[in-house]
Amino acid sequence: MTTTALAHHTSTGQDTRKIAFWTFIGSECMLFGTLIATYLSYEGKSVTGPTPQEILNIPVTSVSTFVLLMSSLAMVLALTAVVRGDKLQTRLWLTATVGFGTMFLAFQYYEFNSFVAEGLTISTNLFGSTFFVLTGCHGLHVLIGVIWLTTLLILSWRDQLGPEKAMNVEIAGLYWHFVDVVWIVIFTVVYLIQRGPVA
Amino acid sequence: MGAPAATAGSVAGAHGAADARSGVWGWITTTDHKRIGILYGVTAFFFFLLGGLEALLIRLQLARADNTLIGAETFNQLFTMHGTTMVFLAIMPMSAAFFNFIIPLQIGARDVAFPRLNAFSYWVFLLGGLFLNSSFLFGAAPDGGWFGYANLTSIQYSPGMNISFWALGLQILGIASLAAAFNFIATIINMRAPGMKLMRLPVFTWMSFITQLIVVAAFPVITVALVFLMFDRMFGTTFFSVAAGGDVLLWQHLFWLFGHPEVYILILPAMGMVSEVLPTFSRKPLFGYPVIVYSGMLIGVIGWAVWSHHMFATGMGPIADSYFSSVTMLIAIPTGVKIFNWIATMWGGQIRLATPMLFAVAFIILFTIGGISGVMHASPPTDLQQTDTYFVVAHIHYVLFGGAIMGIFSGIYYWWPKVFGRLLDERLGKWHFWLVFIGMNVTFFPMHLIGLLGMPRRVYTYGPELGLEQMNLVSTVGALLLGFSMLIMVYNFWWSSKHGEIAQNNPWGAATLEWAMSSPPPVYNFSVIPEVRSRLPLWTVGGVTEIPDVPPEPVHVPGGSYWPVVAAVGILVFFIGALVQSLWLAVGGVLVLVVSVFKWAFEPFEM
Ligand SMILES: [Cu+2]
Repeated sequence: MTTTALAHHTSTGQDTRKIAFWTFIGSECMLFGTLIATYLSYEGKSVTGPTPQEILNIPVTSVSTFVLLMSSLAMVLALTAVVRGDKLQTRLWLTATVGFGTMFLAFQYYEFNSFVAEGLTISTNLFGSTFFVLTGCHGLHVLIGVIWLTTLLILSWRDQLGPEKAMNVEIAGLYWHFVDVVWIVIFTVVYLIQRGPVA
Repeated sequence: MGAPAATAGSVAGAHGAADARSGVWGWITTTDHKRIGILYGVTAFFFFLLGGLEALLIRLQLARADNTLIGAETFNQLFTMHGTTMVFLAIMPMSAAFFNFIIPLQIGARDVAFPRLNAFSYWVFLLGGLFLNSSFLFGAAPDGGWFGYANLTSIQYSPGMNISFWALGLQILGIASLAAAFNFIATIINMRAPGMKLMRLPVFTWMSFITQLIVVAAFPVITVALVFLMFDRMFGTTFFSVAAGGDVLLWQHLFWLFGHPEVYILILPAMGMVSEVLPTFSRKPLFGYPVIVYSGMLIGVIGWAVWSHHMFATGMGPIADSYFSSVTMLIAIPTGVKIFNWIATMWGGQIRLATPMLFAVAFIILFTIGGISGVMHASPPTDLQQTDTYFVVAHIHYVLFGGAIMGIFSGIYYWWPKVFGRLLDERLGKWHFWLVFIGMNVTFFPMHLIGLLGMPRRVYTYGPELGLEQMNLVSTVGALLLGFSMLIMVYNFWWSSKHGEIAQNNPWGAATLEWAMSSPPPVYNFSVIPEVRSRLPLWTVGGVTEIPDVPPEPVHVPGGSYWPVVAAVGILVFFIGALVQSLWLAVGGVLVLVVSVFKWAFEPFEM
C-alpha cells in the first residue's frame, strides 16, 4: 500500500487503513473475549491436576509482563522518532521493541516447557486446554507482531522508513499496544486472580 | 506511486499487477469491485442451485413413508450440507455480490477501500466453498447438522473426516467474511463522495454497514468455537469432554452467540434491498427513513442478547428462560416497525408491479409470517413443543427463503440492468415470481402442520401410520415447483444476455446514485466524483452535481494483482494440511501466505 493514499480525499479526514485496522481490533477483542470467557467459565472445573495454584509461576510471569510493557514504551518512542525523521532513534527503539517482544516469547517458551515437564499439557485437563489455547493464541499474536516490526526495522536500515511512512508505523504500533493490553488482561485474570475449585 | 493519471488497468513496473483486463487472467487478477461482485454473484448462485438440489433430494426421500431412495447416512450429509451451503455459500455471498457491486456506486466511490483485500475475500470464499464441497468426493460430507452440536461432533462419535471438513471449511469462510467486513466498513465510513452524509446513505448501504459490523463481532466467536472443536479432535483437548469436566453446552452458547446475529447477517441486506425497491416502484420516498435506519441499528444490538432462545430445551432454568424469552419478543418490535414503514411507503403511492416489486411485496408478506412463527417459539413452553420439529424448519424457511432469498431475488431483478446493461424479461420474471411464491408456500406451509403433529426434523424416514404422508407429499411437490422455477430464472438470464432490452442509465426511475451512470457502469465508475446535495439525489432538482458521460481528464484505475489469489491458495493449503494432519502441508501453506502478504505489501499498487 502506498503512502500517496494519504493524500486522497477521505470522508472523515482519518486514514482509511487506520479505520479498517480499528475494526480489525474490534474483532480481535471478540476473539480474546471469547477465549477469556471460556477460561473463566471452566476455571476450577478440572477433574484432575495440575491446578493453576500448583503450577503458575507469578514472579517469573511478572518479569515477562514487565518486559512486554517496556516493549510498548519502546514502540511509542520508535513512532515519535519516525515522525521526527530521526533514523538513529527509529532503529534503536524498533530494535528494543523487537528485542523485548522476542524476550517475552522466550519467557513463554520456557513457561510452556516447564509446565509440560511438570505434567500439564494441552490435553491434561480443562485448565491445560483453556490455558494453552488462550496464552498460545496471544503468543502467536506477539510472534506476528515481532515479524511485522522486524520488517519495519529492515526498512529503516534501508532508509525506507521516513516520516512519510509514519502511518505504517502507527498502525503496527496500534497492533502492538493492543496485544500488550490483552496480555495485561490475561495476566490479571489467569495469574493474579485465581479461583479455587468450584464446588 | 507512478503517474497520477494513467489509462485503465495500467500500473508502471508492477510485479503482481496485471495489465490486461481481458481474458481469464484478467478476471483472476481483477481488483475491480464490479467484477468481484459478479464473481461473487455467479459463484454464490451456483452454490445456491447446489444447495437447492440437496434440498430436492431430501424432499424426494420424504415424499413417501418408509422410503428407501436415500439411506440415513446420505440423508444426514444432505441436510447438513443443505443448511451449511445455503447460509454460508449462497445467501451470505449473494449479499456480498451486491455489497461489492452496489455500495461503491451508491456512496460515490471509485472502488472499495482495499481492492486487493476485496479480491482476497472472494478467492478465500471460493476456495473455502470448494473445500467444503470436495468432501462429497470422499464420501465424507459433513453430517452433524448445520449447527454441529457437541459432543456428536467429537472424534469418539464422528471419527471420519466429515466433521473436520465442516469445522475447517467454516473457518476458511470466516476469514473471507471478516476481511470483507473490515473492507466495507472502512469504505462506507471513509470513501463517501462529498455531501454523502451518513443520514443520506441509501438504506441498502446502511443495512449492509450494520451487517458488516455484526460480522466483525460475530465471526470471531464461531472461529474460537471451531478451534476448540478442532483441537478436541486433533490434539485431545477437553473443551467439550464431559469426562474431563467440560460442558457440551459451551458449544451451544458459543454457536448461538454467533448464530443468532448470523440471522441478521442474512436478513439485513435483503431488508436493505427491498427498502430500495419499494420506494422506486411506489414513486414515493421511503416512509420514515431515519426510523428504518435506527431500527436496523437496534436489531444489530439486541440481536446479541437473545441467543439462548435456541436453547430452551436444554433446561436453563426459569430466570434465563424468562430473560431470553422477553428479549426475543422485544426484538420483534424494531422488526415490526420496519414492516409498517414498508407498508406505509406503498400507501398512496403510484405502485408499479414490475418483477422486483413483486418480490419485494412477497418479502414483506412471507417474512412477516416467518416473524410471527418466530415470536411463537420465543415462548419457552411453546418452544418445548416445537423445538426440533418441522415447525422450526417451516419458520426458518419463511425467514430465510421468504425473507432473505425473496429480498435477494428482488435485488437481482432490480439491479440486473445496472450490472449487465440489459433488462430481464418481465413476462418470464412474472412467471418466475408466481412459481416461486406458490412453490415456496406449498413447500413450507405444510411443514408448520407436520411439525405441530410431531414430526421431528432430520429423520430420514417415517412410518405410514403417523398420517404424515399426504402433507409431506404436498411439500415435495412444492419443492419440485421451486426447482422448476429456478430453471425459468436461469433461462431469463440467458435470454436477457441475447435479447434483453438495452438498459438506459436509470430504467426504473430510481433515486439513488448508482442510477446516475451508464449501465453497465464504466470501469472508473464516476467520470468525476459527484457532490451529493440530497438523500434522493436523482429525485431532487440539483440533488447531485453533473456527472459527464466522458471523463474531463483521464481517470486512474488500479491495476490487478495475483497476490490475493496466491494468499488465498496459501490459506487453502494450510487448511488441507490441518485436514489430513500433515505438518508439512500446513507449514507450506503458511509460508505461501507469508510470502504473498509481503509481496502484496510491497508491490506498487495505486489505490
Ligand atoms: Cu435466534
